[in-house]
Amino acid sequence: MSEKTRILIAKPGLDGHDRGAKYIARALRDHGYEVIYTGIRQTPESIVNIAIQEDVQFVGLSLLSGAHNELFPRVVELLRAEGAEDIVVFGGGIIPDYDIPGLKEAGVRAVFPPGTPIAEVVQFIEQCRTGSAQTT
Amino acid sequence: MSLQKERLRWQREVADPAVSRHKERKDGALTTSSGLPLERVSIPDDAGYATDAGVYMDRLGFPGEYPFTRGVQPTMYRGRYWTMRQYAGFGTARESNERFRYLLDAGQTGLSVAFDLPTQIGYDSDHSLSYGEVGKVGVAVDSLADMEILFDSIPLDQVSTSMTINAPAAILLAMYIAVAEKQGVSRDKLRGTIQNDILKEYVARGTFMFPPAPSMRLITNTFSFCTRELPQWNSISISGYHIREAGSTAVQEVAFTLADAIAYVEAALSTGLTVDEFAGRLSFFFSAGSDLLEEVAKFRAARRMWARILKERFGATSPKSLAMRFHTQTTGAGLTAQQPDNNVVRVALHALAAVLGGTQSLHTNSRDEALSLPTEESVQIALRTQQIIALESGVANTVDPLAGSWVVESLTDEIERRAREYLDRIDREGGMVRAIENGMVQQEIEDAAYRYQREVEEKERLIVGVNCHSNDRSVSCHDVMRHDPRVQQAQLDRLAEVKSQRDGAAVERTLRTLREAATDPAADVMDPIIECVRQYATLGEISQELRAVFGEHQQHAGM
Repeated sequence: MSEKTRILIAKPGLDGHDRGAKYIARALRDHGYEVIYTGIRQTPESIVNIAIQEDVQFVGLSLLSGAHNELFPRVVELLRAEGAEDIVVFGGGIIPDYDIPGLKEAGVRAVFPPGTPIAEVVQFIEQCRTGSAQTT
Repeated sequence: MSLQKERLRWQREVADPAVSRHKERKDGALTTSSGLPLERVSIPDDAGYATDAGVYMDRLGFPGEYPFTRGVQPTMYRGRYWTMRQYAGFGTARESNERFRYLLDAGQTGLSVAFDLPTQIGYDSDHSLSYGEVGKVGVAVDSLADMEILFDSIPLDQVSTSMTINAPAAILLAMYIAVAEKQGVSRDKLRGTIQNDILKEYVARGTFMFPPAPSMRLITNTFSFCTRELPQWNSISISGYHIREAGSTAVQEVAFTLADAIAYVEAALSTGLTVDEFAGRLSFFFSAGSDLLEEVAKFRAARRMWARILKERFGATSPKSLAMRFHTQTTGAGLTAQQPDNNVVRVALHALAAVLGGTQSLHTNSRDEALSLPTEESVQIALRTQQIIALESGVANTVDPLAGSWVVESLTDEIERRAREYLDRIDREGGMVRAIENGMVQQEIEDAAYRYQREVEEKERLIVGVNCHSNDRSVSCHDVMRHDPRVQQAQLDRLAEVKSQRDGAAVERTLRTLREAATDPAADVMDPIIECVRQYATLGEISQELRAVFGEHQQHAGM
């Protein structure tokens, strides 16, 4: 890597369950990425602002309250509106499998269910970096 | 000292009076399924082991007596089973009311209300931050009008109601009281609990509103109010559950919960209450995980530590103050999205740990909770799990059945020893509020959570269906509960209707009075809040008045 890959891990919505978000942030850092964690209770607007300011290539969204169908697509839309559609958005949390196709259609590139090994997330990021990403 | 003599004394002084007030099942003639006799409380002598009676009495004693290691009541479940209390709430007040009535019909013995996140953070459903969250993880309550529907046809003098509400606990308690007034139920008949535990929100759960100092003041206001007005109400449920779910160890769960409790006791004492006036209304809430023996030891250690802390540190003397009563919920983080039906078995183990540990009430999670809110069918299996443990397993027929197990007693002692080290460290930091402000507590939990997850990744810790025996890693469930997308709009319409029908001038007046009370640190805000809710001032409006005076807590991401 000539330049470190920068990843924003973000908690949209109002839920405070950040065990997963903190784990993924720390584990990705251990894999050599530069990771920024937003903390809980962020609006889609503030997430997009941070993503652009921090010049990240990836935004990982974590949500456990069930508001993913409303909030994940909103982050993608706002990134597009800011001309930052090259930033890859992925997600995780309590996301029922029947919601995943709709989220992907809205531009969320991958959704990782609970129990996903970190290696799968790393593989996804590396595939995106080298331009060979299959949507997971 | 002989233990036999101690047991006779305990029987005479503690057990017999309790039994005369409340009989045991089958008049105490409880046996095993083959008809073998079961003592109410077995002691080492019964198994033919010699014991140092002094050591036994110091560490264990008898149930209903200091240090309460063996349980808070003399006869425990031989007299009455734990309260079976399933946490429920979703969508609109009407839907949740129907679920409550379903659960009561299915044999549940107490209510436990889940509010949606906007309600928990003091936002009305029409607030911009509420978008997407209305009615999701619990029921949306914007005003007294919603609360009236939520408890429609549920006589509040006949149920006990636990409400998972923290930052705006005073407001929801006020609404509950106002509903009771409309039902003609007087305050002294109300039984229940508000969670009201803000400190763990800063470290683990996240539904804080105000900075720590005004939050502690709101809590002491509710303590005083409950002491004065609600003799059967638990004014707080000091919660280790969320600390554990955030990834702490069992030792940390005990230590940080007790550290929070110490902070609340000190705050209440500083307002002039005496310890025995309020300590009997402090209740606790723990998680029950899969490591059965450690969990049983944890509950026993927590009870003993609380009794010792209240006696030695705060000079409490009333047995009610010294006895740690707690609710348990089976772990959510310990369930798996993969092969979700296996969660039925896990929950049975978790629930068994809680019962062997002497819980006063229990929520059993449903198998599908790693995927969504539970279906009615899943909730019924969860409730039946408790009923099977109560009625079929036999563990409820003798008190503290695992006492005297060498491993359980050793673990009980070790958990106490290590939790005490944390308490000493927190004292050196300047108390729990300081230890939270400087991030020490959060860091400890985060490190433990990280270690745990690394162990899962490295397969040092095996979880069936996740990192072993995982031929089927699909996360689907045959049937899951789906949210009705119309809920948000229905709630918005309702809120608009309430606002258009109320007496606007009265709302303004009561909100102004509340703001004046909030501005005066010596004033009590409970009565002004009750006045506001009676006029149908909304949760968001009342919260906004308090935010204007108290400010908002800003959390650092910490990473």
